[in-house]
Amino acid sequence: MALGEASGLKLGQATRDAFGDALKDLGSEYKDVVTVDGDVGNSTRTEPFAQAFPDRAFNVGIAESNMVSVAGGLASSGKTSVVASFAAFLLCNAYDQIRMSVAFPALNVKLVGSHAGISIGEDGPSQMGIEDVALACSLPGVVVMVPCDAVSTKAATKAMLDHKGPTYLRLGRPKAPAVYQGGCDFEIGKAITLKKGDDITLIANGLMVPAALDAATELEKKGHSVRVIDMHTVKPIDEEAIIAAAKETGKIVVAEEHLSHGGLGSAVSMVVCENSPVPVAFVNLGDTFAESGDGDGLLEKYGLTSNEIVKAAEGLLS
Amino acid sequence: MIRVRRRPRSVLSGRKGTPRSESLQIRSPEKSEVWPESYYGIFLTGEALVASTEISQLDFEKNEGLKLSIDELKQIATTLRKNIIKMTTAANSGHPSSSLSAVEVVTALYFGGFMNYDAKNPGWPERDRFVLSKGHAVPVLYAAMAEAGFFSEDQLSTLRKLGSPLEGHPNLKRLPGIEASTGSLGQGLSIGLGQALAARVDKTSSKVFVVIGDGEMGEGQIWEALASAAKYKVGNLTAIIDQNGYQQTGSTKEVLDMGDFQKKIEPFGWHVQTISGNSMEEVVEALKTAESITDRPKMIVSKTKKGDGILPLLEEAGDTNFHGKPLPPAMAEKALAMLS
Ligand SMILES: Cc1ncc(C[n+]2csc(CCOP(=O)(O)OP(=O)(O)O)c2C)c(N)n1
Ligand SMILES: [Mg+2]
Repeated sequence: MALGEASGLKLGQATRDAFGDALKDLGSEYKDVVTVDGDVGNSTRTEPFAQAFPDRAFNVGIAESNMVSVAGGLASSGKTSVVASFAAFLLCNAYDQIRMSVAFPALNVKLVGSHAGISIGEDGPSQMGIEDVALACSLPGVVVMVPCDAVSTKAATKAMLDHKGPTYLRLGRPKAPAVYQGGCDFEIGKAITLKKGDDITLIANGLMVPAALDAATELEKKGHSVRVIDMHTVKPIDEEAIIAAAKETGKIVVAEEHLSHGGLGSAVSMVVCENSPVPVAFVNLGDTFAESGDGDGLLEKYGLTSNEIVKAAEGLLS
Repeated sequence: MIRVRRRPRSVLSGRKGTPRSESLQIRSPEKSEVWPESYYGIFLTGEALVASTEISQLDFEKNEGLKLSIDELKQIATTLRKNIIKMTTAANSGHPSSSLSAVEVVTALYFGGFMNYDAKNPGWPERDRFVLSKGHAVPVLYAAMAEAGFFSEDQLSTLRKLGSPLEGHPNLKRLPGIEASTGSLGQGLSIGLGQALAARVDKTSSKVFVVIGDGEMGEGQIWEALASAAKYKVGNLTAIIDQNGYQQTGSTKEVLDMGDFQKKIEPFGWHVQTISGNSMEEVVEALKTAESITDRPKMIVSKTKKGDGILPLLEEAGDTNFHGKPLPPAMAEKALAMLS
């Protein structure tokens, strides 16, 4: 069954498309925004902005290090720099530039990584950002956002431009189930509770949010009361929501399309351990690179499914 | 456009002929006395930079189009050299030899009429920007900034001390007037390119100057920046390679010989000049030429001596690179005497 189907969700835009539309739409109001591209604007979807505002868009070629420091220079002169590439190339190729030209000087640079996770599919592991959240979270002062669908991505794009300081926005390639229909009350660092429940809490972000909703539907059929939280901001994390979940439901499953180390699971665990230790189980990629193949097949093979979330939850509930 | 310039302290205060105190014992005031509280906070772009207006302790006159004579510039260069040695010896760490090679370039930029800035309002949006890509040479920049009145000369003694914004490498969050946080070599030219592009977007006439080390030229990112700066024909960007012939572990010939920078960089589409960079006359001439070129980025390959001004002492010590170490006090005394 496709992601989100069990919980009645319809496929919507990919998060990268939603970002591209939002950026272009916000472009005339947010006059300080400029984009810096490394020859992938038609993949990251900064292209519509670049076409609408050619004087405010720069393409430095396939040179991510240069791209990020140029964005830093623009920001140090008062611009809001949006610098986008594949998550893997942005965070891994230009990590030191993000550290020194963006994070350390706390500049107003908006890092955007598309093609995150293994759901990009056929292009394979070299193109899959699976460690990007860990790398972004490791830098002091950087806000890290992983929205799950088109509506929340548009809201996150606006929130990112309004935020003063460095941010990282993680985007996916495939179409994403529409979790939010009417709108989304997106606030950086404020988790959104999608379902109320008392027996267990499923905390997820990105594509794993619809998977968590599907899992909740399944678990509810079996008589469990399940809380589902969209933890769209990994840093700063919503401690209050996590502590409440730990205290009120006593069990937590964290699901993300990322390596086991340094992502949402790590961030949630720190809060739980320090404030209200309860059993936590994890659904993630583990400690491995993936492979080429169709996106859905990969999610299945590497255990990033609602079934795995159900299994993890049942392990805690039994 | 408003042009605000300030007379450097040593020229303005008529100290021309008067010998300056050469004592190594720079006053070391309490840090709270020297740096206001606001310096401990985070300076986000644009905002807090204004807080710096209080720190300039000397009242400079506004001066249109200040251009000092070559002799006056040389006099300032000597002051900077002395202060570089004093502050690194006082800090008992730092990179004096890397700072000394770039003295003429930095002096000419700040005091030769090539850069517009306002030491009392470092955040002035239309200012020209100076990026020290070889951030370890920051003592030369601090010395110039003190001379220009961004802060007082006394404050140089707090270099690398806890609580001082005069960190071991430039930190724009803590010191207004610093345009880029550097120290990881290779990033300054890209940052300067971003600033040059921002001026284009804003339709201001801001210019950007970047100083790069010759060893630093081994970083691939610089070549990325060279290519993209040429693409955008940033006529407001001037870079200077401080070609002092040495890097950390030896001469550039031994470690990584990049050959003739002019021959390599010209084909990228840059205007390139090669000069003798410890000659104030040549530096001023080259900057004038660069100023007159506005249709493409400009590079000055500045052939210098690492430790220029005190070379005989480095030779005596058997280390003409003298990378990353301060002069021991006795050697520093000799250096100050040599410079007087
Ligand atoms: C990315 C990076 N690698 C290594 C260093 C360590 N380092 C500091 S100065 C230096 C040598 C720099 O040589 P050069 O650019 O020629 O400057 P000079 O000191 O000769 O003026 C090195 C290797 C660094 N600061 N950044
Ligand atoms: Mg050198």
